[in-house]
Amino acid sequence: MSVSIVMLAVMATLYACGVYLLLERSMTRVLLGFLLVGNATNLLILITAGKVGSAPIVADGVAPEDMTDPLPETLILTAIVITFGVSAFLMALIYRSWRLAHEDSVEDDADDIALRAGTSMVPSDGNEQDSSDTEFGTRGEAVISTARESRPRDDAAVSDAPSDDGGPR
Amino acid sequence: MLSSALQMLRRAYAAALRSISALEGQMLAILLAFGVGSLVMPFVVGRFGRNAFFIAALVPLAAFVDALVAGPRVMAGEPIAQSVDWVTELAMTISVRMDTLSWLLALVVSGVGTLVLVYCARYFRSDEDSLGRFAAVLLAFAGAMYGLVVADDVYLLFVFWEATSVLSYLLIGHYSRKKASRAAALQALLVTTFGGLVMLVGLVLLAVETGTSSLSGIIEAAPSSTLAVVAIMLVLVGALSKSAIFPFHFWLPAAMAAPTPVSAYLHAAAMVKAGIYLVARLAPGFSEIPGWHEVIIGLGVFTMLLGGWNALKQHDLKLILAYGTVSQLGFLVIVVGYGTRDAALAGIALLLAHAMFKSTLFLAVGIIDHRTGTRDLRKLSGLGRDAPVLAIITALAVASMVGLPPTLGFVAKEAVFTSLLEDATAGEPFGWIALVGVALGSVLTVAYSARFLWGAFSRKPGVESRRLVHEHTDFFLAPAVLAAGGLVLGTLANLVDGWLSGYPAEFPSPGEAYHLALWHGVEPALGISLATLAAGTVLFLARQRVSKLQKSLGTGISAADAYGATMQAVDRTAARITSLTQRGSLPFYLGVILTVFAVSISSALILNRTWPVEFRPWDYPAQVAIGVIMMVAAIAATRAGKRFQAVVLVGVTGFGMSALFALQGAPDLALTQILVEIVTLVAFVLVLRRLPARLGQKHGTAHGGIRALIGASVGILMAVVAAVALGARTELPISLEWATLAYEQAHGRNIVNVALVDLRGWDTMGELSVIIAAATGVASLIFISGRGVDNLPTVARGVARKTARDQLLKSRDPANSDRGSWLLAGRTLADRNRSILLEVVVRLIFHPVIVVSLYLLLVGHNAPGGGFAGGLVAGMALVARYLAGGRHELGAAAPVDAGKLLGAGLVLAVGTALVPLFFGVDALTSTFFEWDLGLFGRLEFVTSTIFDIGVYLVVIGLVLDVLRSLGAEVDRQYEEDGVHEKPAEKVASGERESTS
Repeated sequence: MSVSIVMLAVMATLYACGVYLLLERSMTRVLLGFLLVGNATNLLILITAGKVGSAPIVADGVAPEDMTDPLPETLILTAIVITFGVSAFLMALIYRSWRLAHEDSVEDDADDIALRAGTSMVPSDGNEQDSSDTEFGTRGEAVISTARESRPRDDAAVSDAPSDDGGPR
Repeated sequence: MLSSALQMLRRAYAAALRSISALEGQMLAILLAFGVGSLVMPFVVGRFGRNAFFIAALVPLAAFVDALVAGPRVMAGEPIAQSVDWVTELAMTISVRMDTLSWLLALVVSGVGTLVLVYCARYFRSDEDSLGRFAAVLLAFAGAMYGLVVADDVYLLFVFWEATSVLSYLLIGHYSRKKASRAAALQALLVTTFGGLVMLVGLVLLAVETGTSSLSGIIEAAPSSTLAVVAIMLVLVGALSKSAIFPFHFWLPAAMAAPTPVSAYLHAAAMVKAGIYLVARLAPGFSEIPGWHEVIIGLGVFTMLLGGWNALKQHDLKLILAYGTVSQLGFLVIVVGYGTRDAALAGIALLLAHAMFKSTLFLAVGIIDHRTGTRDLRKLSGLGRDAPVLAIITALAVASMVGLPPTLGFVAKEAVFTSLLEDATAGEPFGWIALVGVALGSVLTVAYSARFLWGAFSRKPGVESRRLVHEHTDFFLAPAVLAAGGLVLGTLANLVDGWLSGYPAEFPSPGEAYHLALWHGVEPALGISLATLAAGTVLFLARQRVSKLQKSLGTGISAADAYGATMQAVDRTAARITSLTQRGSLPFYLGVILTVFAVSISSALILNRTWPVEFRPWDYPAQVAIGVIMMVAAIAATRAGKRFQAVVLVGVTGFGMSALFALQGAPDLALTQILVEIVTLVAFVLVLRRLPARLGQKHGTAHGGIRALIGASVGILMAVVAAVALGARTELPISLEWATLAYEQAHGRNIVNVALVDLRGWDTMGELSVIIAAATGVASLIFISGRGVDNLPTVARGVARKTARDQLLKSRDPANSDRGSWLLAGRTLADRNRSILLEVVVRLIFHPVIVVSLYLLLVGHNAPGGGFAGGLVAGMALVARYLAGGRHELGAAAPVDAGKLLGAGLVLAVGTALVPLFFGVDALTSTFFEWDLGLFGRLEFVTSTIFDIGVYLVVIGLVLDVLRSLGAEVDRQYEEDGVHEKPAEKVASGERESTS
């Protein structure tokens, strides 16, 4: 099957320009790049339809072989509408980003930069032992030492102890 | 009177016996009870506080009673088995089996479990953080442990095995705010799941080798091929890691970060016993395979000595016990894995004794900590006098640990020494190694046990004595029962021998069988016992010298450090790889992806052999003109510095596409493309009016030249790919059939439309979902608080009619100088924003355009058009109303929620797809109706038209959503901002302009 050189050239240009824009940081340019790549892809599908024919509408005296291949057309029709939906979504994203941050550019991820710069914490390993020798600490029901017995706080702790016996609180 | 009471008693006893015997060996039901119990525990704790543990204890208690009742049958040598199909395709079953070994373990697991839960009810306070979760997890753990010891299917065993690992992770990390606690939990999890996974490989190998996944079947088959040896070694890795045997021992002391009841259960009675259980389970079949004795006895002896030595260094009572447990686990592995009948008997007696005395000791430490607020033996003094009951309980357990008569520990240790000595004197070198190792280990055991007892209870000069307050008697219940158990079972040693005899019977017995007894007379084993006791006591008395020696011997190398270093290295490598690949820059990622794409595809092209031979310059000369315009526009769009300029240039390529479609014989595409292009332009304009006019100068990280290079190579590559792909085509397209299919079966002439709504209806269905998701996404990005907040003041039809009439009357009145309105909401706009010309035009064309859209929708089946084109045209009509009259006009023109339109459209489409199912045909099958209306000709109707109407509604919904979000809502926000923050915004955007 032969290929139309003009169509190929247009497609290649649209792809090239679209990719160039996609690699930009301005979100508007990225969206424009997306549209160009979308158009280029539709052209690619159209090219695969092969030779040009009449519209794929059944009429007397038109053989299926003389029609343009309807299959790629169906695909493109779907793609066009989806591209519109997605670009509307991207526009909403751009608007939102602008409204919230007055920002129309794709910034580097702060966490990744921090990791690269070594300023983010590498999670440390868990090799340390629990240095504490109790699970209760100041919450221990008993007074810690007889030397501190006279303190009022300790007395409160002691008098608290029996009430602990109670079930639901 | 008395006799009748006796009779009643007897009858009640008989009834109880009957109901209890129905309980016998109901292992699956018990497992279910554990599962359900742990699910409801959080609520029970919420209701009853810490007393809920008493309720939780009922489940393991039931398991305990069940096992007790099953005792006679098990001892009679009839294992109880239950089985339920699980994954029949893989021949996996949920099969459980209770023989003597499982029975003993089930008793230990459920009995200690019950007591520990009872203990928890006094250990914790009701206001403890996440107590409900803790109770649920502990109960679930008990269930998993129970399942592990009764499982007969190796895969089921593995599931329970890993379940205990995961649950123990949650239990050890219970104090989730403590870093040490979290780290210890993770360490235990990593070590034991690593072992578990290695074990899984071994289990799979064994199951494949023997052709059965039944554990008892595998042991009966006892294959001795090389594969089986490898498999057993892999299983041992799992068992030894679970039981904290060197080199995996380090996780156990760290796991002491767990609450003490958890340590008492997991690290004394249950989880660490899982590995011992598995070794004991495998020993009858595999203890003779090469490598078994080397691994089991070598690592066991080393662990026993290492643990004992380290236990002498500790000051924290709980850590003494932890290292002591490591040591005892080494001991258990040696004896249980030794592989003779007598050693096996000694092993399981020791296992039982250890479970009881070690959990008692942990529980005692818990009470000490609970009451005095420390576990450091350097801070404790005089506790023995203040807490005599606790001291007696602890002393009993310690007696069992060091092997003093008449405890079970003594009985077991005698049996160990006798059986090892017997084998050693019979000329077995491993017997000597084991015997000497165990004897030395016992010396250390005596020393650290004495140190423990001394540290906890003695009166130490120079240390303030601690006062123990208010001991709840029920707090002592669990340790007291366990300690007494060790004593009672010791005195009943010959009974215990009978209960356990089923397990050693699995080993070949060459000579006269050894029996457990409290007194065997004066024999070598007693001598060894006495010698270890004496040496241990000396070691304890010389504790200051020992401690000096230990300090001077400190090597600084430990398995825990090795683990730490490994984890550090993994973390560092991960961070380095992450920072190398995750640059955080979207253009960078995209650049990498596209470069990889270009390189890989061009490599494939280089190898390609089917180059196209035929080219044609163009099909129509007009293509050249259109193509040149498109290319110039695309290149200019990359250079454009202003937003609108770039948008319009990209739009030019879109219109060019439309023209190419028209030339190419694709009228549907041309129509749709041109409509979409207009709506896109409008949407762009709506958004961009809030953004600065100039595009920023910030570009990608890469130099512009590199971006151009990537772009150009992708473009050229795609052209080559297209040429090659097309050149390689040899088959006729399948769509040649479509013409016939469309006309004869789907009753439509427009093949593209028929394909969309009928032949390939499912694809369109997917597309509709994408559109609805996109539309909803747009709305949710713009409407901060949801679609429900309606920004469009709708106009009721009656009011609308009246307004229209009034305006018409007004305009007739020459005296009225007020400028009338051609649109319903025209007057809501400020005068300077109004255009009378636009209003008039919109007023005139709106209804015709809607009619055209309906026409396109309905003729789509036979002529260019269809739901997509029709919907877009209707959308354009709405766009026109909005542009002319603002958001109030949009509300008047489309007084429906966009979401409802989208939903209705989807319902119609899905309905068309589903309804045929009810008539017994495939989804989306279309039906053709035809009515002869006589004079009026014929009326034809295809059900796929309903599908197309769905498409039509969805597309209108999308356009409406875009208008309401990017148009109306942005207007509203603009007005709001205009009132509140216009000056600030102006400054901000002004600054941006100047900086960019």
